[in-house]
Amino acid sequence: MSAVATQTSSLRPIAEYDRPLWQRLFATREMAIIGLLVVVVIVATAIVPNFGSKITLTYLLMDMFPVLIMALPMTAIIVTGEIDLSVASVVGFASVLTGVLTQAGVPFGLTIILAIAAGLIAGFINGILVTAVGLPSLAVTIGTLALYRGLAIGLLGTTAVTDFPQFWTDLAKAKLGSSGIPASVLIFVVLAVVFILMLHFTKFGRGIYSIGLSPEAARFSGVNVERTKLVLFVLSGAVAALAGVYYTLRYGSARGDNATGMEMQVIAAVLLGGVSIFGGRGALHGVIAGVLLIGVLGSALRLANVGADVINIITGVLLILAVISSSVFAAVREKAGGRKRRLAGMPAAKPENS
Amino acid sequence: MLFKNKKAGAFVAVATAAALLLTGCAGGNSDAGGESGGSEGGASITFLPKNLGNPYFDASRTGGQAAAAEFGGEFNEVGPTEATPDAQVSFINTATQQGVDAIAVAANDPQAICDALNEARDNDVKVITFDSDTNPECRDMFINQADAAGIAKAQVDMIAEQIGDEGQIAILSAAANATNQNTWIDLMLEDIEANHPNIEVVETVYGDDDDQTSFDKTAALLQTYPELKGIVSPTTVGIAAAARYLSTSDAKGEIALTGLGSPGQMREYIEDGTVTEFALWNPEELGYLTAYAANALVAGEITGAEGDTFEAGDLGSYTVGADSTVVLGEPYRFNAENIAEFDF
Repeated sequence: MSAVATQTSSLRPIAEYDRPLWQRLFATREMAIIGLLVVVVIVATAIVPNFGSKITLTYLLMDMFPVLIMALPMTAIIVTGEIDLSVASVVGFASVLTGVLTQAGVPFGLTIILAIAAGLIAGFINGILVTAVGLPSLAVTIGTLALYRGLAIGLLGTTAVTDFPQFWTDLAKAKLGSSGIPASVLIFVVLAVVFILMLHFTKFGRGIYSIGLSPEAARFSGVNVERTKLVLFVLSGAVAALAGVYYTLRYGSARGDNATGMEMQVIAAVLLGGVSIFGGRGALHGVIAGVLLIGVLGSALRLANVGADVINIITGVLLILAVISSSVFAAVREKAGGRKRRLAGMPAAKPENS
Repeated sequence: MLFKNKKAGAFVAVATAAALLLTGCAGGNSDAGGESGGSEGGASITFLPKNLGNPYFDASRTGGQAAAAEFGGEFNEVGPTEATPDAQVSFINTATQQGVDAIAVAANDPQAICDALNEARDNDVKVITFDSDTNPECRDMFINQADAAGIAKAQVDMIAEQIGDEGQIAILSAAANATNQNTWIDLMLEDIEANHPNIEVVETVYGDDDDQTSFDKTAALLQTYPELKGIVSPTTVGIAAAARYLSTSDAKGEIALTGLGSPGQMREYIEDGTVTEFALWNPEELGYLTAYAANALVAGEITGAEGDTFEAGDLGSYTVGADSTVVLGEPYRFNAENIAEFDF
C-alpha cells in the first residue's frame, strides 16, 4: 500500500521535487492568483472611492459566502475530472424548501437539517447517475440543473416566501464584534479546513488526484473510484443546500429562481484558482483566492458604477486568460525545445538532477 | 515551470490592472462629481428599477435625469438584468457603500429587500420607493403612480367623450378576482351611475389577462350586444387584444375602445384609427417626481410626514399623503398627438 501511495504522489504534477523548495512553494499558479488578488485589492483601494471601507469587506464576504463554500467540493470534483453544474439549482431548491417549511411552521433548526438532507439526496442522485449508471457528469448535471430548478419553481410557483424568523436572519448577517467580518466566515473557515485536510493530507485526497490523472491507473492502484466520486457529489449537494439556506436568510427571500447562474461563478472561481478542468491538478488555497478575486473585482467595479454586463465581460476574459495561459506557455516552451517532461498521460520522469 | 508561471501571472495581472484602471477611472470621475454636487447643489440619487432594459423604466430614468439636471444633483441608474429581489439587494448594498444621498427603488418584493434598505437608512441614505412599494417601515416615502379614484375617473371620462355620453358599453377586465381591476371597476360604476345617467354598462367580462381569451371575449361581446357603442378595458393585455380584434372587424372605428394600455403595444391601433385615446400613468413624470422628492428629503425640506409639501419643477407642488405616499396625479392620456413620444 505504501508503494501505491508513493506511486500516486509522484504522479502529481504539482509536486516537482527537482525544483528548490522556495520555487515549489511560491512559483505556482496558486501564488500567481494570490498575488493578483493582492494587486487588485491594492489598486482598488487606491483608485475606487469607498472601496477601502469596513462595510465593503462585510458585503463582499457576505456576497461571496455561498460561492466560497460551494467552491470547496467543486474543486475536489473537478480534480477528479468530473463537474457538478447543478449546484446553483440545489441552492434554489434548498432555498424554496426553506421557505415552504418555514411557511408550514416547521421550527427553523429542523428546516435547516431538512434542507441539507434534501441537498444530500440531490447530490446522491447526481453521484449515482455518474458512478453506478456510468454517465458523464456534464450530461447528468445539466439534466439535474434543469430538474432541481424545475422542482424549486414548481414548489413555490412565481411567489416568494419572505417572512423568516428574525433571530435567524440576524444570525446570517451577524458580524464578528466590530471587525465588520461576517460571522458566516466562521462556517467557511471550518469547511475550508476540513476540505484542505481531506484533499491535501489524506489518502482519500490523494485518490481524488490520481482519479483525475488516470481513472484506470487509480483503480488498479486500489482507489475506489466510484465511491470517491459518489462521496464528492453528495458533499457538493449538501454544501450547496447549506449555501441555499444562507442565501435565503441573507436576502430574506425564498424564490425558485434564487441563485440562477451561480454555478458559473463557482466553476469560474475554481478554474481561475488554478484547477485543471481536465482533472488531476489544483489546490484549495488557489481556489479560495480565485473566489475572492472574482468577488473583489465585482465589488470594486460595482462601486465604480460599472454595469453588470461589463463585470461579466471582465470576469470572463480573466477566466479565459487564466485557463489558456498554461497551455499557451506550455506550447511556447515545447516549441522552444524546452524540457518535455510532462507528456499527456505519462507519469512525470524521475527528477534528473536531484 | 518557474518561467511559465511568472509570465502567465504577469500577463493576467497586467490585463486585469489595465481593465480595472480604465473602468475604475471612468467611475471615479463621476463619483467625485457627486460628492461635490452634494454640498453645492442637489442630491446624488441612485435609481434602482426592477430591471434594466425595460422601456417603462427607461422612461422613468429619462424623467429622473431631467429632474436631477434641473436641481443640479447627480443622477445614476443601476439595476439587475432580471427583476428579482435578491439581485436588487447587491445594488442597494453598493449604493450604501458609495454613500449616495438617496436611493429610489422600484421594489421587486415588498419584504425581501427591507433589511438592505434599512441598512442603507442606518448609513444616512434616504430611501424612496416608486412604482412598486415595499412595506412602509422600510422606506422614507413612496411615489405612487396613480390612485384608484383617478384611474377610474379618467377611463369613464374618456369613454363618455368618445361615445357622446350615451349608449351601451361593456367592460373587459383581467381575472375575475383581480384586486386592482375590481376596485377600479366598482369606482367606475359608481361614477357612471352618478354622473353619466345615459351610459348603460351591459356586462363585465373577464379575459384573465390572457391575449387569446380577451380576444375571444371581445368577439363575443360584439355578437351579444349589436347596439354596443364602447368597450373599456382597464388592463393592458385586454385593451391590446380588443384592439387587435376591432382593427380587423367591421366595427373598426364604430365601437370606441379605451382603458389602460401601454403606448408601445397600442401605437399601431392609434395610428390605424381603431383607438382614439387611452390612459396610463407617465413613467417619465414618475421618475421626475421621484427625483424631486428624493432631493427634498435629502435637503431636509420634508421628512415624509403627512402634510409635508414640496415643489417638483414643472409638475408643480405636491403634498405628502397618508403612509408617506405621494400620488403622481391623474393618469396620462395617450392619443395620436403624443403616442410617438413613448416607447414603453
